[in-house]
Amino acid sequence: MSNQQATDAAGLSEAAQRVLRCVAGMMIPASEEYRVPGADDDTIFADMLRSAGRDTAAIGRALADLDARGGGNVADLDPAAQQAAVDGWRGAAGPDFTLLQRLVLQCYYRDDRVMLSLGMEARPPFPKGYVIEQGDWSLLDPVCARPKMWRDAP
Amino acid sequence: MDEPVDVLIIGAGASGAAVAWSLAETRMRIVCMEQGGWVRSGDYPANGRDGEARRYGDWDIHPGRRGMAADYPVNDDNSVMKVANFNAVGGGTVHWTAHFPRMHPSDFRVRTLDGVADDWPLDYAALEPFYAVNDRMMGVAGLAGDPAYPAHQPLMPPLPLGRTGTQFARAMNRLGWHWWPSDAAIATTEYDGRGRCINLGQCTPGCAQGAKASTDITYWPQAIRAGVELRTHCRVREISTGADGMASGVVYFDADGVERFQAAHVVVLACNGVGTPRLLLNSASARFPGGLANSSGLVGRNLMLHPWPIVAGYVDEEVDGYRGPMLCMWSKQFYETDPARDFLRGYTLQFGRGIGPVQEAVYSTEAGHLPWGAGHHQAYRRLVNHRLNIGVAAEDLPEAHNRVTLDPVLKDGNGIPAAKIDYTLGENTRRMMEHGIARASEILAACGAHTIATSRTALNSPGHLLGTARMGDDPARSVVNAWGRCHDVRNLFIVDGSIWVTSGGVNPTSTIQALALYIADQMKQRLATLFE
Repeated sequence: MSNQQATDAAGLSEAAQRVLRCVAGMMIPASEEYRVPGADDDTIFADMLRSAGRDTAAIGRALADLDARGGGNVADLDPAAQQAAVDGWRGAAGPDFTLLQRLVLQCYYRDDRVMLSLGMEARPPFPKGYVIEQGDWSLLDPVCARPKMWRDAP
Repeated sequence: MDEPVDVLIIGAGASGAAVAWSLAETRMRIVCMEQGGWVRSGDYPANGRDGEARRYGDWDIHPGRRGMAADYPVNDDNSVMKVANFNAVGGGTVHWTAHFPRMHPSDFRVRTLDGVADDWPLDYAALEPFYAVNDRMMGVAGLAGDPAYPAHQPLMPPLPLGRTGTQFARAMNRLGWHWWPSDAAIATTEYDGRGRCINLGQCTPGCAQGAKASTDITYWPQAIRAGVELRTHCRVREISTGADGMASGVVYFDADGVERFQAAHVVVLACNGVGTPRLLLNSASARFPGGLANSSGLVGRNLMLHPWPIVAGYVDEEVDGYRGPMLCMWSKQFYETDPARDFLRGYTLQFGRGIGPVQEAVYSTEAGHLPWGAGHHQAYRRLVNHRLNIGVAAEDLPEAHNRVTLDPVLKDGNGIPAAKIDYTLGENTRRMMEHGIARASEILAACGAHTIATSRTALNSPGHLLGTARMGDDPARSVVNAWGRCHDVRNLFIVDGSIWVTSGGVNPTSTIQALALYIADQMKQRLATLFE
């Protein structure tokens, strides 16, 4: 897959999508222990495709680079070979890779199931907001007792 | 040509709004031009599930990444720090943390006290009444009695310490170091039509609740009611001058991209420390070949950006994390010059409350703390909502080689030459930063934090753009006089951060606005003799 083959008029090409899904699953796998899906989950992956937006071309380039490191078919390699290709790719990480990695993380950590697993409510901050405890203001007492610290200026 | 106005203000951000509001009582015809538009609170990221992600996109602090139509490009390739700003009604006060420290009295007497840089041509006492007016207009929460400052009285109770602040406070007391709850331009009670803070967390890129002050909801409604006209989506290309050497008005592009001329008797620049020198340099003419108001050669020089290393670590106990305003307290323990140190001047330590789940994942993955693969989930749960971070707000001294010039190639959407930034860290600054990083690391260790790591400049762009048209009494060594009037052009004023002589070690907005109010007051006192 070349850079040109990684994207088309609709966004990431099918070939690029396969590689992205493969990478996402390697990055954040599903966990039974924490009851969370992997980043290659259908819903999360669909969110990634919707959200790539302005970074589509850069992400496509990053995926094409990885695919080249995997001999042009990284999504079909056995796990050990995939891991070797990904390790080399991450080691040479540039701005395109950073954007891809951020896309996966952004979409994963706003998924309802993931947020609930973290003990968060699956909602935007506004309008309900959150509660913060006041904390222990008596801790300020020794600071209040300090003498003036600022310098007089002539 | 548009009908002439008495006062034309360029820029509707922190300082432009303040000066417009103050001058409105003169009943002069005042117009403000702003290249951005009004931002609706419903568009702020905290309204949506994608709020954190938008901070890496259309709400990024870096205009080059954000790429809104109102943004202008800045070539900052030759700078260790990146330019941050926001272009809309409210300017940088829309996209900010609302941390609201004042300068210290010593910040205005740097040469006298410490033998470096220059003194300001005014002092803390001159600004003090305007700090107070500005606190009232912006709505400031805090706690009186900080031994690090001259007495002042915040209007609302401080932001809660929360779990994060309590961790920090215990550690600071163990170390015997000063700390205090921050002054913040965030309403902790209902205030002047604004709702109280409900701890949205994602409040830096706009507060959906309206608790955080931004001048679109503080100064501007009052200024507009008082008769000031605010024209949005108008981008000024240059300031024109007449045969008498006075500013005659501005050439600008209106919302339809049509080039127009607005005549004005007085022009006030409020475009920040990059936008203002850019505009002055773009206003070069046969009479002012080096740029307008630049007989000193100092327009664009002495750029100060406030290096701001961030030191972070993680504690076992859950802290506030994604909840609440980003900042909660400061320390001035290392603010004033100490001859025993290997640097002059000092810094504020600024304590962060926490970050959201996406930011945590991005930061810690890019820092190498969060692995890919099977160990990801367990590692992430040790990090998210366990983060403590401390910013080192270091004062960078003015250095002539740190500067804003015009890029020979890059232009904005209207074909106006863009600004180019050249900026390096001075030796004094480096030493100060390392001292601050070491102290911040000690504090985190006293909190029991693990995985302590530092980001020196790459991840943080405070967006403090200062010093590029500095004030002073000597026309050979400054661009504006002690009340903001350009030495070379007697009806041209500058009220933004570019007139700063030194940068202090604090967030600048409180002082930028107090200074703008001070200059407006000086103008009002001298209306009959303003151009003499």
